[in-house]
Amino acid sequence: MMLNKLLSGDFPRSRILAGLLLAIFLGLALAPFIASGARPLNVAATICVFIVLVASYDLLLGYTGIVSFAHTMFYGIGAYGVGLALNGMTPGWGAVSIGLACALTLSLLLALVIGLFSLRVKAIFFAMITLAVASAFAVLASQLSEFTGGEDGRSFKVPEILQPGFRLIDAEIFGRAVDGKVITYYLVFFSALALFLGMLRIVNSPFGRVLQSIRENDFRAEALGYRTVIYRTLGNCLAALVATLAGALMALWLRYVGPKTFLSFEVMTDILLIVVIGGMGTLYGAVIGATLFILAQNYLQTLMGQASEMLSDVPFLAQLLHPDRWLLWLGVLFILSVYFFPIGIVGKLRAGVRRKS
Amino acid sequence: MTTTAENRAEVSAALADSAMALPRLRIDYQPLLIIPLLALLAMPLVGSFPTWVTLTVAGLAMGMMIFIMASGLTLIFGLMDVLNFGHGAFVSVGAFTATLVLLPMKNWVQADSVLLNLSALGLAVLLAMLVTGVLGWAFERIIIRPVYGLHLKQILITMGGMIVAEQMINVIWGAEQIPLPLPETFRGVFVFGDSAVEKYRLIAVGIGLAVFIAMFLVLNRTKIGLLIRAGVENREMVEALGYRIRRLFVGVFVAGSALAGLGGVLWGLYKETLTAAIGGEITVLVFIVIIIGGLGSVGGCFIGAILVALVANYAGFLAPKVALVSDILVMVAVLLWRPQGLYAVAKR
Repeated sequence: MMLNKLLSGDFPRSRILAGLLLAIFLGLALAPFIASGARPLNVAATICVFIVLVASYDLLLGYTGIVSFAHTMFYGIGAYGVGLALNGMTPGWGAVSIGLACALTLSLLLALVIGLFSLRVKAIFFAMITLAVASAFAVLASQLSEFTGGEDGRSFKVPEILQPGFRLIDAEIFGRAVDGKVITYYLVFFSALALFLGMLRIVNSPFGRVLQSIRENDFRAEALGYRTVIYRTLGNCLAALVATLAGALMALWLRYVGPKTFLSFEVMTDILLIVVIGGMGTLYGAVIGATLFILAQNYLQTLMGQASEMLSDVPFLAQLLHPDRWLLWLGVLFILSVYFFPIGIVGKLRAGVRRKS
Repeated sequence: MTTTAENRAEVSAALADSAMALPRLRIDYQPLLIIPLLALLAMPLVGSFPTWVTLTVAGLAMGMMIFIMASGLTLIFGLMDVLNFGHGAFVSVGAFTATLVLLPMKNWVQADSVLLNLSALGLAVLLAMLVTGVLGWAFERIIIRPVYGLHLKQILITMGGMIVAEQMINVIWGAEQIPLPLPETFRGVFVFGDSAVEKYRLIAVGIGLAVFIAMFLVLNRTKIGLLIRAGVENREMVEALGYRIRRLFVGVFVAGSALAGLGGVLWGLYKETLTAAIGGEITVLVFIVIIIGGLGSVGGCFIGAILVALVANYAGFLAPKVALVSDILVMVAVLLWRPQGLYAVAKR
């Protein structure tokens, strides 16, 4: 069956989950024509990119069982590669591909070196090394300002067809002009879709099964004859490459690169939160988690702001509900979900089905 | 078997003049030599002797502060195999708690009297250590206890704890920067010959050395220290001998958190402005230091902290761009030489 091939035999296995995924897919596919204005489209594009980014992180955390804090570094490399190439050369597809090629090579090399260097030892060691390397990279990116634009970052021109001024056809479709922004959105959407299906293919391949066996019991996997270091390093490289691509897509969408958007530790904690809340060890968790998280980030904060204003007479409570404090609540949710449902939303939905049958 | 080379040096010296009952323990000198060698090597590179003195003292001061913050973490890891990614939260909380004492007691802090200044600082440190100690106890109880032995969950949970703690600081103290002025008599510089040394840095070196010596004595000269060292080497054996290592661990965790609080106060006074992110920023440096030292080794942590800080200071003077990544370069160099860190603790 066609769908079977596309999803690599990994079905949602829960009616509610399947419904949610379908709704998200349709919502994202038709986003430019459902809602009007720039903000909803921006939210939709961010969701697409984050699904890919978080799914690639889940490849590491959920499938292989290693914690990396360098994922934003690879995301940033992708963004900076494309951004700096478009900024330095004449904006065109040539510049995009050169920048992307450089970024992918750099990511691959870094992932390989970090992996071979520190994946021999325990998970905890890898976590600390990646944290150190990523923070050094972030410092470099914000300090080498002649090259990267420093804290301010760089904005750049994208190839002509992607520019907002470009019109594919003059007529409007469902009240939205088909301009460069919509074309960019579909570029992001279809790339994200392809990358996601590709990752689904990988985790359901024999290679993916080996990764999972390493997560479950690395000693036993080694005893079965799999070189765990090699597999872990390959997993790390793969995740890094996908994160690089996600970064490149985001840069094309924003037409801007800067350390705060791409390299800051907040992005890393966002990714962690999404993976855990959505569900580790299942790529659908990334879809659900990223969608909920980005929606909450964009719309919940407004709600919190209103609640905070309503409670402005109660000083402490108003502070607690201040929109800037939403990470506090997510942190609490994060801790609770690690304790009480480490399998995440998707795991819960699937477990519900299993109990019934 | 003891944990670090200093311990071995100490033990063998004690044995030498008492009975000669046991064969001499071999001492691992090489890491101890790095720091004087590095300092000597830097002298001709820096060029002028007064500048070199200033840089070295600055490096030592920074190293001592990092050591104070990192020592608790490395002990906690060594003893119970728990890596607390939220350790930085204690640093922030310590620094912010100090403002509760130092800001209202303005007239003591601004008075031109060493005694009043010292007592204000002492009170601040005491309160900070008390608060972080209690917080550490709660953190161990609520956050870490359910996830012993599960590395992945430990990393995630303690990260979550860190996020919540940082946000709570923002809720309680507000999100703006808070100035944390140095007490009046600690400002300014001492001048030795041509070289100027900031007073506060000397104080930091003094406090750091005091902490190191106290820790060293507790670990090597008391029964609790003996149990801790034995626990680092072989936890099951200590349990089998009938000691409640769980209680011991809670004690170490509280002490480690309180030390992080002390480090936070010192670091905050050194920076003179506070943001909630101060702990998160220092966490990376603390991790690098305990990796360099060998996870679980207090002596290695001490050497690692000073090494990193000295290199950062020399590099900052000689080649500012290199200083941005000097910590990583030091770590890579050390790990290429000794993949387990300067002093590898057995079995890990």
